[in-house]
Amino acid sequence: MSEATPSEPTPEPGLPRITNIFYERIGGALVPLAATALAFLIGGLVVLITGHNPLTAYRAIFNGTGFNWFFPWVTGDERRIAAKDLQETLRVTTPLILTALAVAFAFRAGLFNIGGQGQYWVGFMAALFVGTHLHSLPRPLHVIVGLGAGIVGGMLWGGIAGFLRATSGAHEVITTIMLNWIAIFGGQYLYELGGPLQGTNASLPRSDVIDASAKLWVWWGTFPGLHVGIFIAVAALVVYTLILNRTTLGFGIRAVGFNPDAAAYSGIPVRRNYFLALAIAGGFAGIAGAIDVLGFKYSIDTSDFGSGIAFTGIAVALLGRNKPVGIFFAALLFAGLQVGTSSRNLDPAIFPPELATDLSTMIQALVIFFVAADVLIIYIWRLRRHLKVGRPLKEEPAKT
Amino acid sequence: MIDRARTPRSVGIAGIALGIFAFWVTVPPFTTRFFGIPVVLGLAALGLGAAALVQGERRLGSFALGFGFIGMLGGLWAQGVDEATLKDVLTAGLLASTLRFATPLAFAAMGGIFSERSGVVNIGLEGMMLTGAFFAVWGSIWSGSWVVGLLMAMVFGALLALIHAFFSIHLRADQIVSGFAVNFLALGVTGYLFSDLYSSGIETNDVSRVPTLSLDFLDDIPGIGAFLHDVFGGLSLLVWLMFLAVGLTYVVLFRTPLGLRIRSVGEHPRAADTVGISVYAIRYLAVTTSGVLAALGGAFLSIGFVGTFSENMTSGRGFIALAAVIFGKWRPGLAFLATLLFGFGFALAIPLQREAGISENLVSTFPYILTLVAVAGLIGRSIPPAADGRPYVKQ
Repeated sequence: MSEATPSEPTPEPGLPRITNIFYERIGGALVPLAATALAFLIGGLVVLITGHNPLTAYRAIFNGTGFNWFFPWVTGDERRIAAKDLQETLRVTTPLILTALAVAFAFRAGLFNIGGQGQYWVGFMAALFVGTHLHSLPRPLHVIVGLGAGIVGGMLWGGIAGFLRATSGAHEVITTIMLNWIAIFGGQYLYELGGPLQGTNASLPRSDVIDASAKLWVWWGTFPGLHVGIFIAVAALVVYTLILNRTTLGFGIRAVGFNPDAAAYSGIPVRRNYFLALAIAGGFAGIAGAIDVLGFKYSIDTSDFGSGIAFTGIAVALLGRNKPVGIFFAALLFAGLQVGTSSRNLDPAIFPPELATDLSTMIQALVIFFVAADVLIIYIWRLRRHLKVGRPLKEEPAKT
Repeated sequence: MIDRARTPRSVGIAGIALGIFAFWVTVPPFTTRFFGIPVVLGLAALGLGAAALVQGERRLGSFALGFGFIGMLGGLWAQGVDEATLKDVLTAGLLASTLRFATPLAFAAMGGIFSERSGVVNIGLEGMMLTGAFFAVWGSIWSGSWVVGLLMAMVFGALLALIHAFFSIHLRADQIVSGFAVNFLALGVTGYLFSDLYSSGIETNDVSRVPTLSLDFLDDIPGIGAFLHDVFGGLSLLVWLMFLAVGLTYVVLFRTPLGLRIRSVGEHPRAADTVGISVYAIRYLAVTTSGVLAALGGAFLSIGFVGTFSENMTSGRGFIALAAVIFGKWRPGLAFLATLLFGFGFALAIPLQREAGISENLVSTFPYILTLVAVAGLIGRSIPPAADGRPYVKQ
C-alpha cells in the first residue's frame, strides 16, 4: 500500500475552490454535521423499510442515552433513570475519546492507527495486573501506578507498529491489525481455563477482581456510578492539543504528516517521529483500557475481548476531524448511540434492541463514508442551494 | 560446481533445508528421540543463515535463521510428546483442514489482488466477505438452492464493492477510510437483516449447502492413493472453485490484455489514460471483481462449511487475506501460498489443543505473529503497485 495520508483535505485539481469555504464555515463543523444528519436520515429509511417507525425508534434511543437529564422538565423517577443512563453514556464516552485520540494523534503524522483495539487491551491487562498483583500500595499511588502501567502497555503495543514502520517500512495498517489479533488471542490465552493469569476461581475463564485501593473514585451516583475517568479523558484532549501545537515533538509530527520528504529535507527525523507518533497514540489507547478496568470493569472475562470499543474510536476520530472539540462531541454522539441502543435501555416494544445495535453500527459506517467523501456532502449542499435558488450548479462563486 | 555451492544463495537455501530437517527428524517416520540432533541441525541452519546474511543474501539468510530457530524449537517440543500424539496431530486430515481454512482466505486474497493491482486499496474485503456469507445463507434459504445462494453472495458482494469503488474512484475519498467504512456497513447491515429476518435463529436444515465432492477413485491409486483420498477426497466444491479462481486470477492478470490494462492502471494511471485505457472503468471492474471473489470466500464460511450465519462470522479473515496479499507481494501464486500457511496455522491449533494440550488461543496468535514478521521485511520488501491507494483525477 502506498503512503496514504488520511489527514487534512488537499485541494485537488478537479474540485472547485468551494471546498475551502466549507472547511472554514462554523469552524469546519459543517461537513461532520451534515454527514451525521445524512447518516441518521438513511438509517431512518432503513428502519422505515423494515417496517418500524423511525421517529419513535430514534426518540426511544435518545431517551435511553440519558441526555434528557439536561432538560429541566424531566423530573422524579424519570430524572433518576436519566441520570443513571447519562452516567453510563459518559462512562462509554471516556474510552471513545481516548481511543479516538489514539487514531487522531497518528493521523497527524500521516499514519492510520487501526491498532487502538490491541493497544486498548494491552493497557487494560497491564492495569489489571497492577490492580490484582501489586498489593499493599496506598490508594492514590495504586491508582496512579495502574494508570501508568496502562499507558506503558499501550505505548509498547503501538511502539511495536511504530518501530516496524520506522525500521522496515512495514505498513502500519497491516501491522496494527495483526497486533490487534495477537493482543486479543494472547489475552484470551492469559485468562482462559488453566491460563497463566487466570484468577483464583479455577472453573471460570476470568481474572481476579482488582484491589479496592486500585479502583478509580466514583463521583456521581452509585452502582456503578460515574468514575473520574471522564476528567482524565478531557485532560487527554488538552494534552493532545498541547503536544501537537506547543512542542517541538508535535511540530515534527505534524511536519511529517504534511509531507515526509519535506520534513526529512529540513532535518526532521521522519523515522523517529513515526515511531513516537504510534507509541504515543498507543499510550492514549492504553490509558483508555486502564480507565475501563480501574473504573468499572474491575476484572476481565475471556468473552470481554469481543468488544469493539476502539473500532468505534476510529469513527469518532474521523467524525471529529482530529480536532479536540470535534472528538469530544463525536464521542458523546457514538457513546449515546451505543448506550441508547443497548438492550437494557431500549424498550423492545418500541424498537428491538438487537436491531438498534446494528442500526447504530450502520449509522457509524455511513458517517465515516460521508465524512471521508466530503465531496459528496458538498455536492448535495450545492444541489440544495441549486434547487432553492434555481442557479446552475457550475456557477458557484469562489469566495476567498 | 564447488564455487556454485559456496554462493550465498546456496548457503541460505541449505540453511533453510537444515532448519526444516531439524524438525522433520523428530516426527514420524523418523521420530528421533535424542535431543542433540535437532539442536545441532538447528544451530547449523542458524550458522548457514548468518553466513548467507554476512555475504549479503539478506532474504534467504533471514529465512534460514527463521527456519533454523523454529525447526529447533519445534523439534525439541516434538521430542517431549509421545509418538501416538504426534501421529494424531499430523494427519492427512490436517492438510484437508488446512485447505478448508485457506479457501475463504484465498478467495478474498485473489479479490484483494485484483483491486490493489488496479490501484485501489481494499481493506473492505472483510465486509465483502461478511456480506457474501450472509446473502449466501439468505439466498440459499429463500430459494432452497445453494446455486442461488452463491449467486446472491456474488451480487451483493459486488454491490458493496461498487460502493467502495464509487467512494474511492469518483469521490476520491481516502481508500483506507472508505474500506473501513465498508466493513462497518457490512457489519451493521448483515447484523440488522439477520436479527430482523431470523430472530429465532437459522435452522441449519433449511440451508442448502454447497455439495462435497467425494473423489473415491483417488483411493484406487496405488501407493499414495489413501493419502490423496484423505486430503482431497471430501472437499467442498467451493475449495475446487478456489483453485480455479487462483489459476484464473493469474491467467487474467498476467496473460491477457485485460490484465495488462489492470496492472498498468495500478502502476501508472496517467500513462494508461494517455494510451486510451479508461482508468475509471478498469478500476470499477477490478474492485467489483474483488467484491465478487471476497463474497465467495464468505459464502464458503456460511453455506460451504457450517451451514449457518452468525453475526460478524468472518471475524477478521478479510484482514488476514489482505496480509496474505502483501505477504505474497501482490502475486496470485505467492499470495495463495501465504493463505495456505495461515490456513495451516489455524488448522494446527485445533489438534494441538485436543491432543497436546497446547492452548488453542496461543496457537491462534502464530499466524498473526508470522505475518508481522513477514511484513516487517524478513522476506524482503514487498513493493505495492505504484499507484495503489492514489485516486486518479482525469485531465
